[in-house]
Amino acid sequence: MHELGIVMNVISQVEKVAEENKVNAVKALTMEVGEVSSVVPDLFKDCFEWAKKRTKYMTDCELDLVVLEAISYCRDCKSNYKTTTYAKECPHCKSVNTYLITGNEINIHDIKVI
Amino acid sequence: MDKPKIVEIKEDITSRNNLFAKEIKAEMKRKKIFYLNVMASPGSGKTTLITNLVNRLKNDYKIGVIEADIDSDVDAVKLLSTGVKVIQMHTAGACHITCQMSYEALCALGVEDLDLVILENVGNLVCPAEFDTGATENLVLLSVPEGDDKPLKYPLMFEVADVVAITKTDVKDIFDFSFEKAKANVRKRNENAEVFVLSAKKDENVDALEQYLRKRIDSIKNA
Repeated sequence: MHELGIVMNVISQVEKVAEENKVNAVKALTMEVGEVSSVVPDLFKDCFEWAKKRTKYMTDCELDLVVLEAISYCRDCKSNYKTTTYAKECPHCKSVNTYLITGNEINIHDIKVI
Repeated sequence: MDKPKIVEIKEDITSRNNLFAKEIKAEMKRKKIFYLNVMASPGSGKTTLITNLVNRLKNDYKIGVIEADIDSDVDAVKLLSTGVKVIQMHTAGACHITCQMSYEALCALGVEDLDLVILENVGNLVCPAEFDTGATENLVLLSVPEGDDKPLKYPLMFEVADVVAITKTDVKDIFDFSFEKAKANVRKRNENAEVFVLSAKKDENVDALEQYLRKRIDSIKNA
């Protein structure tokens, strides 16, 4: 349910960039969202469609959401594994001495402007 | 019509929050204040435990409490009985506290003369864990009625915890709760968190957590 808050945050940053670059409109926005970033892509898209109508530069902006795979690293056997399948426990050596390398990002990658 | 131009932004939304969190942490350290963020499900006993701890610590430390809820002031009113400085923050629908909200609440509370600030986060076992509030430490509660499996179901909350308090031990006979399993499940998520088992309502075994907090507050205060 926090997707709307994140969308509002993204929009305010993009609008700021649009203002600074003196553009007429933002036509597209590319975002990278990690698999375990707690952002639900469909919910995020719905919130974005609702919120963009209330902006100055982004009313016709198309959202491209790229989902990044989540990968964890095991400190004990020094190998990587897929976080969404095995969570905290390393599938190779069963250790829980692991941490997430990638997958919790919420990145504004770029915007297409005219 | 003009040809579209690409503007690269490459900014991580959460990194902005994390950066702000670092600033708050540094500022609190400079002011020698221990800032404790208390997180747990609704009804896990956060307010009861905070009230108990404040009453134990208030004679030795200057304390301020920030109550964060979507609505109402019931928690702040309960805390007022302790006599310490309390403010109620409304998140206007948000399910968690961001750094910006945390900072505004600290300003509204006024922290200059305080040794300890306790933030009671919104009751929620998911979202508050995602947003660093700039607190010195995170205290996460797991109450007996919730079940010993919660650290497995809500991993991030227990991963970000510095301290875990298993609460409501006074009702353990009614519920199917294994303290061994609960501790093992916390360990699966977090090897370093201190774990305390207590009943704040009956004031049983709260001493160990109180002593832990005294040590931590003193170490910041005398740094």
